[in-house]
Amino acid sequence: MTDIPLTLPTRRRRSSASYRLERRLKKGALMVAVGLVLVYTLFPYYWAIVSSTKQGAALYRDTFLPALDFTYYRALFENTVFLGSLVNSAFVATSTTALSLILGISAAYALGRIDFPQRRGVLLAILMISIFPQVVVLSGMFELINWLGLYNRPSALVVTYLLATVPFTTWILTTFIREFPRELEEAAIIDGCSHFRILTKILLPLMGPSLASTGILAFILAWNEFLFALTFILTDENRTVPVAIGLMGGNSRYEYPFAQIMAASVTVTLPLIILVLIFQRRIVAGLTAGAVKG
Amino acid sequence: MSVKLARADRRAAWLFMAPMIAAMLVVAVWPLARTFYFSFTDAYLDDPTNFSLVGIDNFLEVLDDHTWWIATRNTLVFASISVAIETVLGLAIALLINQAIPGRGLVRAAILVPWAIPVVVATKIWEWMLNDQFGVLNQMLIALGLVDHGIAWTASGTLIMGVVIFIDVWMTTPFMVLLILAGLQMIPGEIMEAAEVDGIPAWKRFWSITLPLLKPAIGVAVLFRVLDALRMFDLAYVLAASSEQVMTVSIYARNRLISFQELGIGSAASTWVFLLVAFIAILIIGVLRLDRAAGEAA
Repeated sequence: MTDIPLTLPTRRRRSSASYRLERRLKKGALMVAVGLVLVYTLFPYYWAIVSSTKQGAALYRDTFLPALDFTYYRALFENTVFLGSLVNSAFVATSTTALSLILGISAAYALGRIDFPQRRGVLLAILMISIFPQVVVLSGMFELINWLGLYNRPSALVVTYLLATVPFTTWILTTFIREFPRELEEAAIIDGCSHFRILTKILLPLMGPSLASTGILAFILAWNEFLFALTFILTDENRTVPVAIGLMGGNSRYEYPFAQIMAASVTVTLPLIILVLIFQRRIVAGLTAGAVKG
Repeated sequence: MSVKLARADRRAAWLFMAPMIAAMLVVAVWPLARTFYFSFTDAYLDDPTNFSLVGIDNFLEVLDDHTWWIATRNTLVFASISVAIETVLGLAIALLINQAIPGRGLVRAAILVPWAIPVVVATKIWEWMLNDQFGVLNQMLIALGLVDHGIAWTASGTLIMGVVIFIDVWMTTPFMVLLILAGLQMIPGEIMEAAEVDGIPAWKRFWSITLPLLKPAIGVAVLFRVLDALRMFDLAYVLAASSEQVMTVSIYARNRLISFQELGIGSAASTWVFLLVAFIAILIIGVLRLDRAAGEAA
């Protein structure tokens, strides 16, 4: 211990100074990189907001601040067809989410808590349904919708969206239910409690957060869907918002209504973004539970 | 007693799953079966009840169509390039966010924004930003003196596929980031600390510790993204309707089915899409399994 070379303290001091400089440089580079990532992810949406508040010629000048002219928003909310499509989207997404959560939680209880031989097979089938391309069922779905008499009605979309949302909610809720310790229900099982009571009286009250994150993901899925909404709805007043925006165009090639489209885009996306920012942690939990643990 | 209990349990399990299974039979199994069936018929959409069986003629007709092969090529090019970029970019951003930076939660929330925006809306926003005359990107390029006049990003045949890939990368990289971040957080910190104390350089720590441990997370993320990219419809449809330059197999199948009313041939095209996606899924899952087996052997 005593024979440490005398040169060591000075060298250490110098190296700690350069170490500090290196750290500072590293931290600076890190902040620049994070800044770049933020600009990359956020600028397009910011630009949509800016563009939606500009009028006429101002739209074509690239000032980076919004002009705070809400003409297009006012026009949008006086447009009954657009408002109608907002109502349709809200109806379709909410109903789909509610139905999927009910079907999903019931199935997830069986898959997460009851041991039966075909469990793996059912889970595999659910996974397969959730990955096959939607266009594959289009012909059969067309027939189904006609047969149910739902063609050109928003409720047709609720039925067809179950194809995507039910496997998804079942899968995620199964992983969530499995995470609860089994000890929770042991007393109830010993007392001979029925499965239905275990689910409704013990698990369900605890599942609020899991249901919320799963529900938001299902809601976003249903709100954003395009292919079925484009195919099974014929008239403008029955459309959902993504299709309404997708089909928006000008009277002529030279008069493309970008400011209106941006106003509509911001309106449609704002609720989603607020929802996502509020429930950020839950959504990440839901996404990773669904994908990584599967 | 226990046998009886087990049987009761099994019955309860099927009872609990019955509503979900019934829903899946109606909206997945039945339509899928009907699509397969229609692909062997000469039915038309305006009168789906009047048809006769034609064997595998429809399947051959799709294969004989030049446009189908263009759509297949576009789909494969789109899926492979965009998922490759998303994986690298997602990994880079995930490593960045995993560092101790101020406001990490806020950054993670900001990253979710492109993911929450509907595909149609994201496409419209980028279409506006890439507009040849008034788009902000072209104006920036002109201001920087990089080009004389705006580039028609979405009008030119060679650029538009790049634009589709670019928009997809912008929208779905967040998904990659989140999955890889979840994988990163499962790596025990002690391993990295031990390696750092041992003086192993950062790039080597990344290459021989982080990356191998991340492999399962990246594998799952890639599988999900590839299958998603293979069925892409809305992005290319909104940006270029039925232009052949970015037409995907989903757009091709829907065109034949809805626009041309060819229920039989459209169904056959859909069935080809199904087979294509299934084949690639099996291929990827096979590769993942092989990796896992190799990892266990090593």
